[in-house]
Amino acid sequence: MTINHYIFLSVALFCIGIIGVLTRRNVIIIFMCIELMFNAVNLLLVAFSKMHYLAASVVDPATTAGTDGQLFVFFIMVVAAAEVSVGLAIIVMMYRNTHSIDASFLNRLKH
Amino acid sequence: MLFWFLTVLALGSALMVVFSKNPVHSILWLIITFFAITGHYILLNAQFLAIVNIIVYAGAIMVLFLFVVMMMNLNEISSPLKNKWLKFAGVISGCSLLLVLIAALKDTDTMQQEVLLNTGKIGLINNLGTVLFSDYVLPFEISSVLFLSAMVGAVVIGKK
Repeated sequence: MTINHYIFLSVALFCIGIIGVLTRRNVIIIFMCIELMFNAVNLLLVAFSKMHYLAASVVDPATTAGTDGQLFVFFIMVVAAAEVSVGLAIIVMMYRNTHSIDASFLNRLKH
Repeated sequence: MLFWFLTVLALGSALMVVFSKNPVHSILWLIITFFAITGHYILLNAQFLAIVNIIVYAGAIMVLFLFVVMMMNLNEISSPLKNKWLKFAGVISGCSLLLVLIAALKDTDTMQQEVLLNTGKIGLINNLGTVLFSDYVLPFEISSVLFLSAMVGAVVIGKK
């Protein structure tokens, strides 16, 4: 598999996420599309990490090039989990106040 | 062959996430998307990330989403202002972003480099743990503080 397969797959997933954010008005669906975009970026980082490992292991078979990319994916997952916990708490609070999770009702920033 | 199966599964279920009407259905489709992406990680021999992706995303985060959706009674809420042109403009702008990215990346010279499949030991937990606890100790500890503050923030926001 060459890297362009992975690039096109990730770009397609990312653009599906963007279409979801732009077209849907349900806040939870918007949030899930953001998770989809995170996963597209993660997949591309892992693919690039394996690409660099293959290029470096030709010169030195015991290399660990490309480890940084996979650790970045790990940290992205950590930040995404923290973001989801706070974001869902905000959505629950918003549902209690306005009895709706429609994003078009939230254009006032007051009451 | 497995690559194409997982790709079609990921893209199809991602489209179903966006276009299904019921929020519970889109959560279930998103779980299928995450399993397809986990399959890609296994194909790339990134075993630690595959396990973490299943446990954290498909396990913890999606269960949290399902709890929130089922806590709210969303069935009778239909969007009152249905603007067809807004949806049309969103789809058009997303597709043109896809077009621009593909056209910009199509002819770069790194595009034909091979990606190592099925072998290579950088994705195993031995190598990742060694690097994480030697070079990346400080970001690891900072992310633990981030988790603590996110937990406190979620409790404080959810309590009032």
